[in-house]
Amino acid sequence: MKKFSITSILSQFLLLLFVIVWIMPTFGLFISSLRDKDLLAISGWWTSLTTTKVNEIYRMSGMESQIKENDYFVIKGKLFDHNSGKKIESFGITSKKINEFIVGEIATFKDDTQVTVNESGEYIWKSNNEFTKKKGKRLFITSLSPPSFTLDNYKEVLFKEGIGQAFLNTTAVALPSTLIPLIICSFFAYALTWMKFFGRDTLLAIIIASLVVPLQMSLIPILTIYNDFGALFGVASKSYPGVWMAHTGFGLASTTFLLRNFIKSLPNEMMEAAKVDGASHYDIFIRIIIPLSIPAFASIFILQFLWCWNDLLVGLVFLDQVPSEIILTAKLKELLGSRGENWEILTTGAFVSMTVPLFIFFALQRYFIRGLVAGSVKG
Amino acid sequence: MSLINLFFIVFLGIIVFILYFHISNSFLDYYGKKTNKQYGFENSVRVIIFIAPAFIILFIFILYPVFETIRLSFYDKFGREFVGFYNYKWAVNDPEFRRSILNNIGWLLIVPTFSTFFGLVIANLADRIWWGSIAKSIIFMPMAISFVGAGVIWKFIYEYRGPGDTQIGLLNAVIVYLGYEPQAWLTIPVWNNIFLMAIMIWIQTGLALVIFSAALRGIPKEMLEAARIDGASEVRIFFSIIIPYLEQTILVIWTIITILVLKIFDIIFAMTNGEWQTGVLANLMYDWMFRGGGDSGRGSVLAFVIMIGVIPILAWNLYKHKQEQKI
Repeated sequence: MKKFSITSILSQFLLLLFVIVWIMPTFGLFISSLRDKDLLAISGWWTSLTTTKVNEIYRMSGMESQIKENDYFVIKGKLFDHNSGKKIESFGITSKKINEFIVGEIATFKDDTQVTVNESGEYIWKSNNEFTKKKGKRLFITSLSPPSFTLDNYKEVLFKEGIGQAFLNTTAVALPSTLIPLIICSFFAYALTWMKFFGRDTLLAIIIASLVVPLQMSLIPILTIYNDFGALFGVASKSYPGVWMAHTGFGLASTTFLLRNFIKSLPNEMMEAAKVDGASHYDIFIRIIIPLSIPAFASIFILQFLWCWNDLLVGLVFLDQVPSEIILTAKLKELLGSRGENWEILTTGAFVSMTVPLFIFFALQRYFIRGLVAGSVKG
Repeated sequence: MSLINLFFIVFLGIIVFILYFHISNSFLDYYGKKTNKQYGFENSVRVIIFIAPAFIILFIFILYPVFETIRLSFYDKFGREFVGFYNYKWAVNDPEFRRSILNNIGWLLIVPTFSTFFGLVIANLADRIWWGSIAKSIIFMPMAISFVGAGVIWKFIYEYRGPGDTQIGLLNAVIVYLGYEPQAWLTIPVWNNIFLMAIMIWIQTGLALVIFSAALRGIPKEMLEAARIDGASEVRIFFSIIIPYLEQTILVIWTIITILVLKIFDIIFAMTNGEWQTGVLANLMYDWMFRGGGDSGRGSVLAFVIMIGVIPILAWNLYKHKQEQKI
C-alpha cells in the first residue's frame, strides 16, 4: 500500500507541474492586461501579484513652476498620481546612490538646493536663489508598490485601437459562417442518409476525401472567382457574404460528415412509421430529425463557430483590411507589427479576442468535447 | 458597421437559406398532395432541393479549386500561358522553398509526437486523481484560443530585453535568474522553430488529452486490476497495456494533428512572418499569392505540395470508408 501512495503523490506532483506550465502563459497575459501600462513595460507580470520594490527615475518640474516663499524659491510637485498606492521608501539624487536618503530626509544637491520627498511622492525643492533651468533635476526613487489592477487598458483598446469594431466584425463573420453550413449541411446529411438517389455513394466518398483537402488548395481559384465576380457585377470582390460562403465551403465536408454520422445513428423505425403515415421527407426532417439532433447541432455549432472566430487566413484573403471589415485576429496581427512594444495594447487586445471562445469553452465544454471526440472517430 | 446593421446583415444571410428550404419544400409538399401519381418525380425534385445548395458550394469551393490549382501550377504567374514544369523547377531550386520544406518536416515530426505523448501521459495521470477533471479543463483550454491569440501570449513569454534591463518575458526572466544571458529567442535560426512549435504543442495537447480520456474509459477495469495484483508497476501498465490498447486512437490523433500542422500558417505569420528561417509552405504560399502582384503559378505549386502531404491520409480514409460500407 505504501508503494501505491508514493506513486500517487508522484503523479499528483507531475500533473500539477503540467497544469502550471499550461496555465502560466494565459494567466500571465490576463494579469498583464489588467496592469498599469507604465509598470507593465518595466517589470514582469509576476511581480504585480505581491508588494514589490520598484526603482524609478522621475524628473522634477523646472523653473516655470517656482514660487517664492519667505526668502526661498520653492518648487512643489508630485512625482506620480497618488491613487496608484505606491509608497516611497527611499530616494537618491545621483545615479550612483539611488537610495541614499530615507523618505522625509533632506538631500542637498551640489548647487546647495535642497529637496525632500514624502511617502506619497510629493516633493519640495528649495533654493536660496531663483531656479534658472527649464528642466528640473532627476530623483531616483525606491518605492513599494502593492498589487494594483486597472481596467484602463480595456477602455483604451476597445474604443481607441479599433478592437471593439473588430470584435463586431468578427461576430458578423462568425455567426452566419456557422449557421449557414449547419442549415444546408443538415439537409445534405439527411439526403445522404435517408434518400435514395443515383451517385449517393460517390458523393459520400467525395465528402470523405474533402475532409482533409487543405484550405490552401482553394485560395487562389476562389480569389480569382471573387475578383471576376466583382468586376462583372461592379460590386466589391471582398465582402461579408463572400467570407460566409468561403467558411461554409471549407467547413462543409466536416459538418456534413459529423451530421451524417449522427443522423445515421437515429432509429430507422421512426422514419418508416412517419412515412407510412404519409409524411414527406421535409415533414420528417422538420418534425423528427431536427428535434433529435439538437445535441449534435450544439457540438457542431461550437466547433465551427470557434474555427470561424479564430480563423486568420480566410479573413485575411477574403476581406479588405479596413476598419469596417478587419477581423479580430487580423487586427491583432496588425498590432503585433505596429505596436509590438506596447504590451498593454497587445495583451488586452488578445484577451478581448479570447473572451468569446473562453466563455463558450467554460459554459459548453461538454458539447465541445463531444464534437471533437465525434470528429476524431473518422480516422 | 453599427450594431443594428450587423444584426440585420447577419439575419438576412441566414434567413435566405431557411426561406429557400422552406418555400421550395412546402411547395413540393403541396404539389405532391395534389398529384399523388407522380411520386417518382416529386422524389427526385426533393433530392435536388435537399442537396443542391451544399453540392454547389462543395463544387465551387473544394472540387473545382483542387483541379484548378493543379492546372494553374503549370501556367505562368497570370494563369494565361502554359509553362510546363517551369514552376516546379523554380520551387526545387528556390532556397526559401527548401527551407520551408525542411521546417515543415520538422513541424510534422515534432508537434504530433509531443502533443500525442503529453496528451496520453496527462490523460493517464488525470484519470486517477480526484482533481483530474479540473486539470484536464485547464490543459484543454488553449484549444479554444486562436493561433494569433496564442501567438501574442507566447510572444510575451519570449520577450527579450537587453542584458542590463529588467526582463518582462517569463522565459528570459527565468534564464537571467539562473545566471545566464538573456536571448532573443525568436531570432536564433533553427532553434526558433522549436519555440514556435512549442506553441502548437501547447494548443494541441488538449485535443489529444480529451480524445485519450474518452478512449481510456474503454479499457476494461479488470485487466488493469489484474495487472496491479500481479505486481506490475504503473509505468509498466502504461507501456504494456494502455499504449497497445490505444494504438488506434493514437493513430487517429496523430493523423488529425499532422493534417493541422501541414497547413500551419497563423502562428508563424503572427510571430516571425517567416523571418529568421522559420518559414513554412503555407506562409510561402500566402506570400506568393500577393508578392509582386501575385504569382498564381508559384502559389499553386506550393498549395499542391501541401496537398501531396495529405494524399496518403486521404487514400487511407477512403479505403477505411469502403471497408465500413461493406459491413
